[in-house]
Amino acid sequence: MRLEYFQMVDRITALDLPNRRITTACQVPEQSPVFEGHFPGYPILPGVLMIETMAQTGGWLVLAMLGCTKMPFLMQVEKAKMRSFVAPGQALEGEATLLHDGSGYAVVKAALSAGGKKVTDAEIRYGVVPFPNDTLRAAMLNTARRVGLPADHIQEHIHGA
Amino acid sequence: MASTYETVAGIIADTCDIEADKITPDSHAINDLGIDSLDFLDVAFAIDKAFGIKMPLEQWTQEVNEGKKSTDEYFVLKNLCANIDALVAAKPA
Repeated sequence: MRLEYFQMVDRITALDLPNRRITTACQVPEQSPVFEGHFPGYPILPGVLMIETMAQTGGWLVLAMLGCTKMPFLMQVEKAKMRSFVAPGQALEGEATLLHDGSGYAVVKAALSAGGKKVTDAEIRYGVVPFPNDTLRAAMLNTARRVGLPADHIQEHIHGA
Repeated sequence: MASTYETVAGIIADTCDIEADKITPDSHAINDLGIDSLDFLDVAFAIDKAFGIKMPLEQWTQEVNEGKKSTDEYFVLKNLCANIDALVAAKPA
């Protein structure tokens, strides 16, 4: 994870499209300016970044299902629970399951675990829209390769675009 | 068994916190009830789940944006319910 760049997912560890499920690895850094403020003398990963990590995990599932032809933007977080503190240096496992593939939106159930213990979970909803520009699309394709999204789930060119 | 309209009106009342007596078959979801896009996402998800369908919101939006249809055809509740009934009838057995 590079918290300052909102790179929350290090890699995709499993992608099971028939069962509409993904898992990710997210290594919390030992050092980050974020921990200087949150909190002095007691560094823990902010809850909003735990939610962002779940949203990105689910986002990769939606992107994979669409061949990276559209972009899921976070729209809604429901029933988010922060169950445990997350300290610098902890290894997190993200998981997300698609609850509903709507027209122009998607809904996932997501969670993060540390050492097999769930630390947070939420239901997350995305607006799924065409990429607003080529810069973002190119960046997302690069990030898809970095996190290990299988190449057959990356559609390089959008037909008709 | 509740009618399509009763189910949809109940979903709107619950998810958008709108008093049930303000909702009528002639209500326009956006213009009359003030449902914004985020609230409509909740409504759409609940309708999709309740009826086991996938409302083609992207197609409807495109038709409205291209001037082929008015928003009334999709967002006035009696018309929305007619569209839902058509989608339910078209579901594979």
